[in-house]
Amino acid sequence: MTPLLQARGLTVGHGNRPVLSGIDLTLEPGQVLCLLGPNGAGKTTLFRTLLGLLPPLSGEILLEGRPLAPMPRTEVARALAHVPQSLSTPFAFRALELVLMGASAHLGPFARPGRAEIARAMAAMGALGIAGLAGEEITRLSGGQRQMILIARALAQGARTVVMDEPTASLDFANRIRVGQAIRSMADRGTAVILSTHDPDQAAALGECALLVGRGRVLASGKIAEVMTDTKLSTLYDIPVRREELSDGALHFRG
Amino acid sequence: MPPFRRCWVTERSLAPLLLAGLALALLAGIAIGPFPLSLRRIAEVLAGGGDAQSATVLWNIRLPRVFAAALVGAALAAAGTAYQTAFRNPLVSPDILGVSAGAGFGAVLGILLGLPVLAIQLTGFATGLATVALVLVLSFSLRGGGQVLVMVLCGIAVGALAGAGISLVKLLADPEQQLPAITFWLMGSLAGAKRTDVAAALPAIVAGLMPLVLLRWRIGLLALGNDEAKTLGVEATRLRLLIIACATLMTSAAVSMAGVVGWIGLMVPHMARLLTGPRFDRLLPAATLIGAGFMVLVDTAARSIAQMEVPLGILTAVLGAPVFVWLLARGSRGWAE
Repeated sequence: MTPLLQARGLTVGHGNRPVLSGIDLTLEPGQVLCLLGPNGAGKTTLFRTLLGLLPPLSGEILLEGRPLAPMPRTEVARALAHVPQSLSTPFAFRALELVLMGASAHLGPFARPGRAEIARAMAAMGALGIAGLAGEEITRLSGGQRQMILIARALAQGARTVVMDEPTASLDFANRIRVGQAIRSMADRGTAVILSTHDPDQAAALGECALLVGRGRVLASGKIAEVMTDTKLSTLYDIPVRREELSDGALHFRG
Repeated sequence: MPPFRRCWVTERSLAPLLLAGLALALLAGIAIGPFPLSLRRIAEVLAGGGDAQSATVLWNIRLPRVFAAALVGAALAAAGTAYQTAFRNPLVSPDILGVSAGAGFGAVLGILLGLPVLAIQLTGFATGLATVALVLVLSFSLRGGGQVLVMVLCGIAVGALAGAGISLVKLLADPEQQLPAITFWLMGSLAGAKRTDVAAALPAIVAGLMPLVLLRWRIGLLALGNDEAKTLGVEATRLRLLIIACATLMTSAAVSMAGVVGWIGLMVPHMARLLTGPRFDRLLPAATLIGAGFMVLVDTAARSIAQMEVPLGILTAVLGAPVFVWLLARGSRGWAE
């Protein structure tokens, strides 16, 4: 089976200044891949490159088996959705209006969303338990609610791969759990997710695989249990880290 | 879609309300003037009857002028809406980016050379587009590139340059005939609007407006910023350039017909946004209709409030400058509210 997203020998960076090199990754349906690394390690640069917003300095990216670089944006958007770290628009859109924008990859250039698109957007919001927010202005919602709306937009986009840049970074405890559950349920329905996080516990709870990046290169890549070890995380974050296994099997990391 | 309540009017009643307002403005524009036409007389002439004088005034003077005013207002308001969306900035408008001055320079040059109306439009469009391009290149190559302030200041600088070019043309113009025409035209006026002028500007304005109307929903996604719009499947950079070209075409056509009429492109989109909210697909039609009606009313005032014609640019500046200050005072909240 063709992997949904594949990167081979990738070097990412700005202009001709490499930030991160030697990246190989493969994302299969239903898989959650967690990207861990200190601030400034190049996680966002890697994501921007995977999304085709930044050209790779070397190597290649395959999206559902086809080279990403020459693909038109609509085709990329049908296969690959992005959940940004936070909402960037200063406009007071309604939540439903924003989720509807996820339909644009499936509409012709002159088309506007109709009943079918609205039904899909409402279904996406319903699946995340936020259908009640449809008529609210996003500028009046909390950070957690906005994050859920962005995830709903990615669901409505119908892409089989979703890139999430620190989806829970600015969220409170309850919203962190809600977003985590949303990510798990997406993966359980076959969507592949690649996300970055600063919380090793969360990575271990959500993901199957992890990619550890720091100092301009990949430190480790593979199954969570094998990759997220005391020694590797200690090297990654440059402080001693100790791994504990809780009674329910969950991994817990202490500084 | 569930009905959303905006502050003053509901989504459903907005279109009939704006159309009714435009119809009233058009009627007022046709009726009021040095030779007043009563509603009954207008009806008579339109039905094919009426006295010869009324018919001449209606067909040859009032209707072309009112139609020209509506066209200019619609074009400038739509262009302003498009620029604000393309640059994601509430303070940009044809005047502030220097497009009006740039197009004005080209058109004045055309007048000096005695070119036909269509050629004047073309030179106006070419210099208008060159002005936008120059402003963009300058503001992105400077430090803090692409920032609002840098872009606005570059627009002022390039606009001043175009202003210098206009002064040079005035110096070279024949002081008996060309100079008064150029001076009056630069202040904005529809006093001499003829059917042929309207016919020359109409295709350019329609050509600029059509892509914006057809692509209006997609254009709305640009409000999210370049990266987010791209990941949603929009060729954001290409779309932005198309919008700028369309808006510049409309501005140039309006300028070459009515002269430099400032402030409409800044004021009207904000008036419309109060009614529709931020969605471009609803904002564009509303701003276009309001711009048309507003311009007709301003032009009616221009020929009625004094013995002589008051230039349009003077009236719009008197109305527009306070609005600009108000926008500055509200700061960036202008977008979020």
